[in-house]
Amino acid sequence: MTDAWFADANPEDPASGAHRIREGHADAPADWPAVAVESGFADDEANYYEKLRAATLTAARDAVAERERADDLQLAHAVRSMDDAERTANELAERVVEWAGTLYEDVPRGLDGVRDIAARDPTTAGEERVVSYATRAVDLLDERDDLRTFIEERAPDVAPNLSEMAGPVLTARLISLAGSLERLAKAPSGTVQVLGAEDALFAHLKGRASSPKHGVIFTHEYVRGTRPQDRGSAARAFAGKLSIAARIDYYSGDYRPEIHTELAERMATIRARAEEGDE
Amino acid sequence: MSDDGLPTGVERRTFDGRERLSTQGPTVYGEPADADGWRAWDASRSKLGGMLELGMDTGLVGGETVLYLGAAAGTTVSHVSDFAGPTYAVEFAPRPVRDLVGVAEDRDNLFPLLKDARDPESYAHVVESDVDCLVMDVATRGQATVAIRNRQFLADDGRLLMAVKARSEDVTADPDDVFDEVLADLESAYEILETARLDRFHADHLGIVARPK
Ligand SMILES: C[S@@+](CC[C@H](N)C(=O)[O-])C[C@H]1O[C@@H](n2cnc3c(N)ncnc32)[C@H](O)[C@@H]1O
Repeated sequence: MTDAWFADANPEDPASGAHRIREGHADAPADWPAVAVESGFADDEANYYEKLRAATLTAARDAVAERERADDLQLAHAVRSMDDAERTANELAERVVEWAGTLYEDVPRGLDGVRDIAARDPTTAGEERVVSYATRAVDLLDERDDLRTFIEERAPDVAPNLSEMAGPVLTARLISLAGSLERLAKAPSGTVQVLGAEDALFAHLKGRASSPKHGVIFTHEYVRGTRPQDRGSAARAFAGKLSIAARIDYYSGDYRPEIHTELAERMATIRARAEEGDE
Repeated sequence: MSDDGLPTGVERRTFDGRERLSTQGPTVYGEPADADGWRAWDASRSKLGGMLELGMDTGLVGGETVLYLGAAAGTTVSHVSDFAGPTYAVEFAPRPVRDLVGVAEDRDNLFPLLKDARDPESYAHVVESDVDCLVMDVATRGQATVAIRNRQFLADDGRLLMAVKARSEDVTADPDDVFDEVLADLESAYEILETARLDRFHADHLGIVARPK
């Protein structure tokens, strides 16, 4: 009965059995408790079930963590692709609008212009080309929207606390910039604060600029919506809580309402300074 | 088994002034509990609870070895493990398994497995043979096939307790047609003992009690 999950497992170490539970297989079930007792893996049936319990719990925890960790990379790829799609669509739009302007009057500028052109009925070979080209750009915009929807659906599963705090897209960006949820969870909060500001940080280290106060988290209302002289504290407070959120998401995955209330209170205090008029 | 047709370990008790099914164990999903540690088993959140509530003859007496397919976050399987013996809980979606692990941590006889019920070989090295009861609530296409593939775990005198969700097979078809088809498929491996619509608790679901042929 070498098929059993405990066949070459160390009876004292749940991790070795857990690995076999995840990777192993058998053509058919057997009376495993009896086999385990016979082979000396377990003292008796009760002892077998204790060992089975420890091993299945470890296996399930590990498997869940691994599968969800793999999902964080999907998010990172999706947000990079979303940005690529947006950037490329803008480039195409510029070209389309410029070209269309020579064939039609009244072409709106930018992405609106592209949608407008794509919806027209071409009458000449030249118009046909420009309408077709505009259609590609519109497809790319739709793709960008689909990627955003995908991120909005997935991020709360992969990182419930980060998604609540930063929103799904910024969550995906932070994961992408850090490299993975694990690396984000293990990064000090000072690093989280300047993720995405690598160029500015590099200049600072070379002595060419002052230290950056915020990276991609600047796009969040908590930082951008705070008056300039308080942005440093806002960014620090926000990054601190994001770090905590990343750790909870990575290590436990539970949603913790209290950290969100704490952050909201902290932000209210920082903003109250502006109202009190202290400079 | 007690004389009301419920397995030992499942009792009707009063919660919030209403008689409800209950089992004894740590609470799981915010269900009410009484001072003696009995917690209400919400039949509208559990197909097996619905089957018991409707008086189906499940053959359960308490203490059996159970293989539960489609455990999700553990709502129903937590009650099962309260009155049953060793309980193997298979679920293939990682997110609910995380909660299922929490439920299993509070119990000695519940073994969570992140596995696909369509692929029994991937857990046949863990789940023992001759289990007394196979509970199935997978709400996915091909529910009959899953039951047939997992027949190998069930003792010859064991029971299949299955909830079929019509919409999982075909959203457009008439539920009755879907149920007929599932039952016809099941007949290749099982003898159907009883069926009942669970609509009072779960719309367009059929409860099935069967035994291996
Ligand atoms: C209706 S829910 C089960 C609810 C659960 N039985 C309860 O009452 O607490 C159906 C579950 O079956 C799972 N499922 C669907 N197909 C599956 C498969 N092939 N293998 C394992 N689980 C599956 C789904 O992920 C979902 O969690």
